[in-house]
Amino acid sequence: MSPVAIAASPASDVLVEMRDVDMEFVLGGALVNQHVLRALSGVSFQLRAGRALALVGESGSGKSTCARLLARVYRPARGSIAFKGADIEPLRGRSLQAYRADVQMVFQDPFGSLNPTQTIGYHLERPLRLHRPELRGGAIKAEVEALLARVGLTPAADFTARRPHELSGGQRQRVAIARALSVQPAVLLADEPTSMLDVSVRLGILNLLEDLKTQRNLAALYITHDIATARYFAEDTAVLYAGHLVEQGPSGVITSTPAHPYTQLLIEAVPNPQRKITPRAARRATDIPMWTPESRGCPFVARCPRALAICREAMPAPTDLGAGHTVRCHNL
Amino acid sequence: MSSNLMEVRNLTVDYVGENAIARAVNGIDFDIREGEAFGLAGESGCGKSTVAFALARLTRLPGLVTGGSVRFMGEEVLEFERERLRKYRWNEVSFVFQSAMNALNPVIPVSEQISDTIWTHNPKATREEIRARAVAMFELVGIPARRLDDYPHQFSGGMRQRICIAIALCLNPRLIIMDEPTTALDVVVQRDIIEQIVDLKAKLGFSVLFITHALGLLIEFCDRIGIMYAGELVEVAPSSAILDAPQHPYTRALGNSFPPLTGPRQRLEGIAGTPPAPRAMPVGCRFAPRCGQAMPVCSLIAPELKVYPELGSEAACHLLQ
Repeated sequence: MSPVAIAASPASDVLVEMRDVDMEFVLGGALVNQHVLRALSGVSFQLRAGRALALVGESGSGKSTCARLLARVYRPARGSIAFKGADIEPLRGRSLQAYRADVQMVFQDPFGSLNPTQTIGYHLERPLRLHRPELRGGAIKAEVEALLARVGLTPAADFTARRPHELSGGQRQRVAIARALSVQPAVLLADEPTSMLDVSVRLGILNLLEDLKTQRNLAALYITHDIATARYFAEDTAVLYAGHLVEQGPSGVITSTPAHPYTQLLIEAVPNPQRKITPRAARRATDIPMWTPESRGCPFVARCPRALAICREAMPAPTDLGAGHTVRCHNL
Repeated sequence: MSSNLMEVRNLTVDYVGENAIARAVNGIDFDIREGEAFGLAGESGCGKSTVAFALARLTRLPGLVTGGSVRFMGEEVLEFERERLRKYRWNEVSFVFQSAMNALNPVIPVSEQISDTIWTHNPKATREEIRARAVAMFELVGIPARRLDDYPHQFSGGMRQRICIAIALCLNPRLIIMDEPTTALDVVVQRDIIEQIVDLKAKLGFSVLFITHALGLLIEFCDRIGIMYAGELVEVAPSSAILDAPQHPYTRALGNSFPPLTGPRQRLEGIAGTPPAPRAMPVGCRFAPRCGQAMPVCSLIAPELKVYPELGSEAACHLLQ
């Protein structure tokens, strides 16, 4: 793995750009007691070819919502998402199908994302038939075996006739990755791809994704709650808190010199075998606030050790700390 | 050296099927000392939870404790009769499970769930005494007493896990077995809970058996750690030795499976292959098929756990002979 590249890539590398996206969900009853949850507030980031961006944050911070917006499962309430410079909002029919081949997802749960009644071969043949009509007959079979070999499932012929329950979690996740690759995507959205797997096989999956990213020049979005694997796999890291992107920059910089108090809290909380635990006297409230369109200020204010009066009034604009490192905080 | 609260010798647990027996725990030995935090680490399926259940005499069919001994303060736990067992569970040894979401009854206020526990073991206590104890336990784990009559769904995951800890502590046990107590929680909440356990342990002096696959957390929290692989203990050592001088190749490989947060970014390899299935255990050392340093002898003879006093470690590996 190369050391952290600081220099920003040229703009032409940008495959996906999310700009000022708000996402809202209506919660509550069908007619009464409705209220609006703002899942994302003004989120902007870019995915570049051959690079990975890690989205880090706790449960409910909006990480998966970002991936689903990019996969066009949801549509943003405000803001825009562009793929290769063109807005994805107007895509319909064939153009949408082509977009979905370009932007593929790998899910968290390899036990749920494969159909238990179908063979591994079926899982890989189906996307080939749908998205790559130029392949016929023997070519499909050859491509299935090439895909399985590519993700480390060899001898491939042994795997095509098996069903998901005959495979371990790590092998299943490799099938899910092969399925995503089958349609030759440009962008891979990986939503906690290793958190359901055994510790000893997690690195194997991350290393496979790393190799694919480099060899196929894929742009990757890596969603995780584990900031250490974010640093391991992704060149850049973005930290989400209650739907706000509070800090963004090269992964090495974010983990070594975090600027936002939430990122600092997150890094301080990561298990560190080099020290012994010392209990803190005062515990901070740990609930993420429920964000609504009426909410004001910085969402972290209730837990923030250096909150100012202005923090309750307005969310600050990003401050540029250089080398692509930006942070949204009033009190730096 | 402090005395042993619990001594486990040659503990063997099988899962019995109609046509086959799967040995989940294959004759393991370890001690838990007074006031210490002892950790058990290993991959899913290595038998660490099976050990925890066996120590609390909670093994249920098809699981069966088929051999060995568990001595708690000198008494043989595996021979406890009904009444003695009742006192042993919760008065002396209590449990905190991974799924705080499911450990509490959703249709009963949490106050009743903690009062039930206190009342069951102290039938003579008055209503006021029980309530006072429940309030005290809640305050101990940092939950306001006014929330005592709320239902489990009104609490966050971290608070529910704190309530489980309060229930585990309410009878002043000597040992708390914690099976992945923080795995389902976010990292900041996890840190809060662990710090709280450290704090309570210092105040109340109980011992902890802490089970998780997160080796980094275990090294930070525990005094000594046992590393399990495929139903066997391959190494038992002080936390500092697990970090600085791991003896068994599996301990080293497990340690290299977690990317660090500091230091150079370099490629780590994890562990090739997968753990063996319980019904198809390899002959000899069970880790040999995945071990980069395996020798011919490794696939013939199983190494025994031997003491290496200069390190304070015990390890089972032919490389160390």
